[in-house]
Amino acid sequence: MTCTEFLQKLDEMLDPEVAGPLRAELQQHLHCCEHCEITLNTTRKTIEIYRKHELYELPDELRERLHEAILAKCKGCSK
Amino acid sequence: MSSSIQSQGTAEVHPDVLLVERARGGDMAAFEKLVRQYERQVFRISQHIVQNREDAEDVVQDAFLKAYEKLDQFQGNSKFYTWLVRIAVNESLMRLRKRRTGRMVSIDEDVETEEGSMPRDLADWSPDPESLYGQSEMAEILRKTIQGLPPGFRVVFVLRDVEGLSTEETAESLGLSIPAVKSRLLRARLQLRERLTRYFKKGTRAKAQDGVK
Repeated sequence: MTCTEFLQKLDEMLDPEVAGPLRAELQQHLHCCEHCEITLNTTRKTIEIYRKHELYELPDELRERLHEAILAKCKGCSK
Repeated sequence: MSSSIQSQGTAEVHPDVLLVERARGGDMAAFEKLVRQYERQVFRISQHIVQNREDAEDVVQDAFLKAYEKLDQFQGNSKFYTWLVRIAVNESLMRLRKRRTGRMVSIDEDVETEEGSMPRDLADWSPDPESLYGQSEMAEILRKTIQGLPPGFRVVFVLRDVEGLSTEETAESLGLSIPAVKSRLLRARLQLRERLTRYFKKGTRAKAQDGVK
């Protein structure tokens, strides 16, 4: 397996549910390719970090204001 | 029970489908439940696309209003959330277009770039990159980094990796094919990874003291 082929399958490698021969083949490539190992680990970390940090939180006050506005508009419209 | 919603086996009916049915019959409390359930996600997704809080607020209102007006068109063969996200994405793109004085904006914009299709910076990261920066500095790094992606990559990453939609749901929400979602997701992940390496690679602790430049 080449690095390009490995990258094409990165999504499968990040998915813990993917098992069997494909995972074994990917693991085998990782054993002998430090670059792909780093790419895999740092990509996994990238996803984890973005998932953990909520960048655009909706503050309660704004949420209430939006909520009221939405309901008022919907009540006023003819569905 | 309303006739046009196809519930595939009564045991499998998603609670949202029942709320939609009630809302279609004029039950505002049912629609309000749907709004409560999804307003945060719709706000986050919209803000990732429009990159401006005021516009995102407008998008949230317009998206729910449009969803309410179109409730009769919801077929129940996809999740209500996926259907709602599609409306919100379209509203967000329209909002971007308005801001750019009428220029067409689509999720296909700038996706032909070859940037990031192969990793170049292969430096390993610090074992605990989050300890290098304070909370707000970290948030700024993450925002700046994701804002640098073309919108068509950004939205795929946000739906799939941040909001946790499946590949199929992401494809449906964006009107893209599954291979297109997979290819954009890979490119988005690799570009973000590459750009974050600048901040997180081993030995960046001293630079972190200077803040985000």
